This record gives sequence, structure tokens and C-alpha cells, in this order.
Amino acid sequence: MIEVSHLSKYFGENNAVDDISFTVGKGEVLGFLGPNAAGKSTTMRMITGFLPPTSGTAIIGGSDIIGESLAARKKIGYLPENAPAYPDMTVIGFLGFIAGMRGLSGDSKRRRVEEILERCFLTEVRFQTINTLSKGFNQRVCFAQSILHDPEYLIMDEPTDGLDPNQKYEIRAMIREMARHKTIILSTHILEEVEEVCTRVIIIAKGRIVADDTPEGLMARSALHGTICFTIKKGDGKDIVQNMNDFPGIEKSEIVNESETEMTLRFFPKETSAPPADLILQHLLEKGFSVETFFMEKGRLDEVFRMVTIPDSIEREE
Amino acid sequence: MKDFFRNTAGILRREFADYFGSPVAYVFIVIFLLLCGFFTFSLSHFYEIGQADLRTFFEWHPWIFLFLVPAVGMRLWAEERRTGTIELILTLPITLTEVILGKFLAAWLFIGVALLLTFPMVLTVIYLGDPDLGAVVCAYFGSFLMAGAYLSVGSMTSAMTRNQVVSFILSVVICLFLVLAGWPPVTDILSGWAPVWLVDVVSGFSFMPHFASIQRGVIDLRDLCYFVSVIFFMLFANGVILQNRRAA
Repeated sequence: MIEVSHLSKYFGENNAVDDISFTVGKGEVLGFLGPNAAGKSTTMRMITGFLPPTSGTAIIGGSDIIGESLAARKKIGYLPENAPAYPDMTVIGFLGFIAGMRGLSGDSKRRRVEEILERCFLTEVRFQTINTLSKGFNQRVCFAQSILHDPEYLIMDEPTDGLDPNQKYEIRAMIREMARHKTIILSTHILEEVEEVCTRVIIIAKGRIVADDTPEGLMARSALHGTICFTIKKGDGKDIVQNMNDFPGIEKSEIVNESETEMTLRFFPKETSAPPADLILQHLLEKGFSVETFFMEKGRLDEVFRMVTIPDSIEREE
Repeated sequence: MKDFFRNTAGILRREFADYFGSPVAYVFIVIFLLLCGFFTFSLSHFYEIGQADLRTFFEWHPWIFLFLVPAVGMRLWAEERRTGTIELILTLPITLTEVILGKFLAAWLFIGVALLLTFPMVLTVIYLGDPDLGAVVCAYFGSFLMAGAYLSVGSMTSAMTRNQVVSFILSVVICLFLVLAGWPPVTDILSGWAPVWLVDVVSGFSFMPHFASIQRGVIDLRDLCYFVSVIFFMLFANGVILQNRRAA
């Protein structure tokens, strides 16, 4: 378990992290979201013991990162932002060095390095120096470094940054697989990643936690959550929108999209838990429209993200 | 304690190998040897003096080190900051002391290797005459110790910045002060107004008298203490600077 309590960091007058507290347990994958300079990296640097906090502390599996720093750091695997690694070392040399510093030696060290090389798909570049590697390989080398000692707690600052879609897929699959018996904190800019791998999301803005929820819970905050969209063959659609406004169970409706041949309508139900999708469908068919597709919106993270990080953004647009 | 040696040795090995993995090592060694030869033979007239000792060789070391050792020291921490690996190494389960010491010893050892490669000078004087080998060994030891003191300054200034050039210049200036502190033009500035004891304290900081006595073949405990405490103090300051680091 990672317990973060009242963590704050000042850089001079600038309050980068302001009294952040949360707890993450085994099996959880916590996603850290937030605009640039929100304090994500600073928070992670404090949890891993790189930056001393101005106040507060983090307790990693019972060891205080300030009081028992070495014991706490032993349990953590850390992938820093931009995946730093010694540029003049070979991949195998670098991983061997980290393994040595993690207390492995001799045969067990060699075996572990081999295992990790294979697992992170690095076997083909093992004898190359790190400065000759592409961004994707570089990222994977640093990722390999963080899981080398099979840590209970994994902290990753933008683990899929700079990877192509296939590599992202691989890394995410590895994270999901490891999640079962580890506690993972990762930061990201990519919202789809949150939906895909995280079991919980914390959104930080200006150094404070502004949301702490499951991805589903966050999406439910979206204004579009629970709305139903129908794409129909073009007819006199505007007419429907007007007629439907007093349809039972519908709050309001609007035209989202209109083209030469078809149009998309969105209905906002009064009760998002029981949207009358079937009734609307029936109604449209009875009126003689041909329905191409229809779906229920789960909500959009990007919208919620903007809503909680810039609180007046929604009103400003309207 | 076992962990301490293992971790320090681990850092040391990596750093030391890094020197020879990049051109830095070869450039440094070649320039160092060339300068040593040039100063000894062309400026100090080694042959013309007609003495089978290495005084003319060692007397230039403080000046050669002044520019070359900061060049070795400047990358120690500035490079870690620039590449971001400092974040990696300081979150490993090893203490700051182990990292500082490992890095320092690796660089010192490297300078030691360069120093050992001047062995043809020793062979030359042995061939030419009958030098006092005890004094030669002693002078080498003093030179190595002094290089360590220069290096500790470089290590400290390197921790202050991610810019290697800034680190280099700062370290040259501090080392220059340490070399010149006992030099009359510097003490004259002070002696006009400062009390005598302050002038003595400042001139006591100078590398020169301590190196000079070791170079003569006398290992005095006071000189030893002086160099060791300079190294200790600078590395301690190095640790404090890193501890108070603001951002990566």
C-alpha cells in the first residue's frame, strides 16, 4: 500500500504541490492526470524519494520515504519522465549495473537480466549502446530497469510517451498483467490510456487533487453521459427534434451533425440511469425514418478533464 | 558496511568504465602527457639543469591540474543532471554518500592512471643518473593527493549546475584561489587592512606549500591532513548541495 499524506512542495514562492493525500492498494492502477505543470511529476518525485517534500510524507508498504528512505526505495520501481539512461552504456551493461545496485549478483543477476531483456523485447539490441537506440527502445530500456527487481510498487511517469501504437499496446498489456500483484501509479496525458489500464484516476490541477474516482465514475460526470445518439437517413429531421422535446423521459434533444444524406441526433434523457432508448427507436421507426446506427454515450474523459481542471471552461464556451 | 563497499564499488566501476567508453579519457590522457613533457623539457630545461631528479617535472603539476582536473570533474554531476539519470541513481536504494564517493573515486582513479602513464619520466632519470626513488614515489603520492583535492572542488561545482562550462569555470576559479592563496600579490591585498591571523589563515589554504613539502620527499601529517580535509569538506558540500537540490 502506498499512503501519501499531506504532501506539499514549494519551489521558492511557487506552490507546486499543495497538500495532496491519497492511498493506493494492491491490485490498483492509479492514473495521474493533469495539465502540464500541474504537479504530477513533482508528486511522483517526492513519492520516490528524489525530491524532499516541503511537508508531508509518503509511506511505501510501511516504510516512510523520508525516515526509512532506503527500505522504501528498495520496494519501488521507478520510471522517470523522459526515460533517462546512461547513453554510453550498452543495454545489457546498463541493466546489469542497475541489477547490481538492486543487490543482485552472480548467476541470479545474469538470469534476471536475460529474463527482463526477453520480456521487454530488448534481446535484439542488447549489445547496442543506449545513445544509438530509437525512442521506443530507449523507453523500454528504462521500463525494463524499473521492473528489474520485481518491485511491489511501480511508479511510472508517462510510461508510453513517444511510443508507436503497437509499442503502447505492448506496454499497456504488461502493465495490466503486472497490476494483479502490484500497486501501480502512472501519469499520462493520454486519456484513452486511462480508460484502458487504470482502475482509478486522480486529476491534479495547480498542485491540488480536483477529482479522485474510477474512470467510469469520471465519465459519468460528463454532460453527455447517458445521452443517446441516433444517426438516421436524411428526412425532415429538424421537425423531429422539435416534436421530441416533449417525448416522455427526454429532457431535450439536438442535432449534432448534418450531411447531405444523413444526420445525427442526440437525446438527453431525464434519468441517465434509465434512458428510453427503445421507445425513441420505436418512435423513429414508426415515423418512417431509417435508423443507421445508434449508441449510448458513456461520457467523455476529455470533457470531464477540462471541466475539472479549468472550472469555468464550460461556461466560457457557451 | 558490506553494502556500503558493494554499492560504492558498483558506482565506481560504472563511472570508471564510462570514462574509457567515451573519448574524454583518451583526450585527457594525451593532453596531460603532452603538457607534462612540454613543461618539463621546454620550459624547465630538464636536460640543461643536469640533475637526475623530477623536480622540474612535478613543479608544473599544480598548473597542469588547474585546467585539466576541472575538465574531468565538470561532468560528474552536471552530466547526470543533463541526461536526467540523476533521478534514476538517487532513487536507487543506495545512499548519497555511496554515490558521491563512488563517482569521486572513479574520477580520481582515472587521474591516477594518467599520472602513472608518466612513468617514462622516471625511467629516464633512472637511466640518466641515480635519483632518490623514495622522493619520486613521495612526489607522485603528493601529486595524486593534490589532484584529489582539485577534483573534489570540481565535483562540488559540478553538482551546482547542469551546465558543464559553468561548472568548469567555477571550479578553475576556486582552484586558482587555492593555488594562489599563499602567493604574495594575493596576500598583499589582504595584509593592507586585515589582521595578520586572517592573512595567515587565507595563505594556509594554499595548495602550494603543502605540495612543495611533499614534493621534497617529506610526508608531513599536517600536509596529509590538509589535502584530506579539503577533499572531505568539498565532498561534504557536494552532498549538501545535492540534498538541497530544487528541481531535476
